[in-house]
Amino acid sequence: MNEYYDVLVVGAGPAGLAAAQAATSHGARVGLIDAQATAGGQVWRHDVRHAAPSLARRSIGGALTHSRVDWLARTQVVAVETGSLFVEDPRRGSRLDYGALVLATGARELLLPFPGWTLPGVTGAGGLQALAKQGWPLAGRRVLIAGSGPLLLAAAATAKRHGATVLGIYEQAGADAVRRFAGSLWRWPAKAIQAALLRGQLAGVPYRCGSVVRRALGDSTLRTVELEGPHGIEQVPCDQLAIGYGLLPNVELAQLLGCELRWEGAHPQVSTDIWQQTNIDTVYAAGEVCGIGGRDSARVEGAIAGHAAAGARSAAMALQPRRRHARAFAEALRTRFALDARVYALATPDTLICRCEDVALSDMDGYTDTRSAKLATRCGMGACQGRICGAALAELGRFSGGGQRPPLFPARLSTLGDTDFFPLATIEE
Amino acid sequence: MNAISSIRLFVDDQPVDVPAGASVAAAIATLGISFRRSVSGQWRAPLCGMGVCFECRVRIDGIAQQRACMCPVHDGMRVSTHE
Repeated sequence: MNEYYDVLVVGAGPAGLAAAQAATSHGARVGLIDAQATAGGQVWRHDVRHAAPSLARRSIGGALTHSRVDWLARTQVVAVETGSLFVEDPRRGSRLDYGALVLATGARELLLPFPGWTLPGVTGAGGLQALAKQGWPLAGRRVLIAGSGPLLLAAAATAKRHGATVLGIYEQAGADAVRRFAGSLWRWPAKAIQAALLRGQLAGVPYRCGSVVRRALGDSTLRTVELEGPHGIEQVPCDQLAIGYGLLPNVELAQLLGCELRWEGAHPQVSTDIWQQTNIDTVYAAGEVCGIGGRDSARVEGAIAGHAAAGARSAAMALQPRRRHARAFAEALRTRFALDARVYALATPDTLICRCEDVALSDMDGYTDTRSAKLATRCGMGACQGRICGAALAELGRFSGGGQRPPLFPARLSTLGDTDFFPLATIEE
Repeated sequence: MNAISSIRLFVDDQPVDVPAGASVAAAIATLGISFRRSVSGQWRAPLCGMGVCFECRVRIDGIAQQRACMCPVHDGMRVSTHE
């Protein structure tokens, strides 16, 4: 299969949906692809037991039902060529050609290693939220939420809604920092309302600041979590630990395309101008991939990118003030939930860092760059292609991430072998 | 409470019913079966829930190395773990 789209959008979260809708409003023919089975991204992920919020329903419905939008679910990008993406869905590989490309690839969780983090029963915080929405059984299960950032509240609310007993939310940031963050929310009334709603849903759930999970304990599955808080160390028996240290941009596709990146702390994000245009004329980027800012900045940047990609800069211009306001929230998030030094010291020499290849922290002693560590230890060479350990090692200050090579995700041999559409040359070098 | 239709599939030959739209990962967890063993033999289960970590890989309808969290269930689906 080979299709041409005036505007091709990668990622059907708030940014991608807004981009698709904006581009169609100027008559563009739009392709919208996402690796997931349903649109909405992570923040508006489909919940099998509960109805979606109305804004999510409107945004998803508005983009997907439009006659000029082709919605391609369960479609993942494998490789790229100038003006084309090579993608794979559960049935086949295809080439999608584009006039303009919008990268709305979103974010994933920053998951940091600590003793016991590989035990079944330990998930990300957003991870547990995603699993619960897809029907993961939580009714009657004791769930402990930990890590950092406002996502913990959302994860706790989702777990509770799905019948879990939420034992507590353990935030690593200190009480002062959290209070200052809460005190600044008046600038973003929608966020303040959201926070108030979450607090209501979480009545009775303890929220503890300055607390870190030191270890997860269990034999073949999680039994107990060891916490260190302002009042010392305690062990809490539980069935699930949902732990995440915030979000980081999914820049792999942008990197493969050659888009210019800039570093925010240890992690790269895509650099754009005010039109959301990257250093490559035909490639735009919007939302979390340009820096973690949340749903509102994703929506407005998606719309700007969609208008600009369809050649309508005046419509994009009108959205600039909204964009600046939404982006200021990202700054507040970053400064208030900065990670405590204790978090960086959790992994012990025998803690596995690379979960795909079972490589321990001490196995990497003596290597100063990603390439030599990979060659000697196989760290980062498993199925996740370093997405988990690479980000963790960068955050821990060991190595920064390497470059990207196709295939961007593990792909079927039948896809790679079909030379009609797949650029084998890009694999061979 | 909405009436949610349910789907029956088989995990390691055991039948399990889950809501329509649920993931294979949810079906496996409903049965309490573990997902896979790591290269050094440790038990593993989903970590990220969104297709990034590959800890939930299982065989689905004969195709190996599928991420259970990314695959919606369908009636009569056959899943096998521990490969």
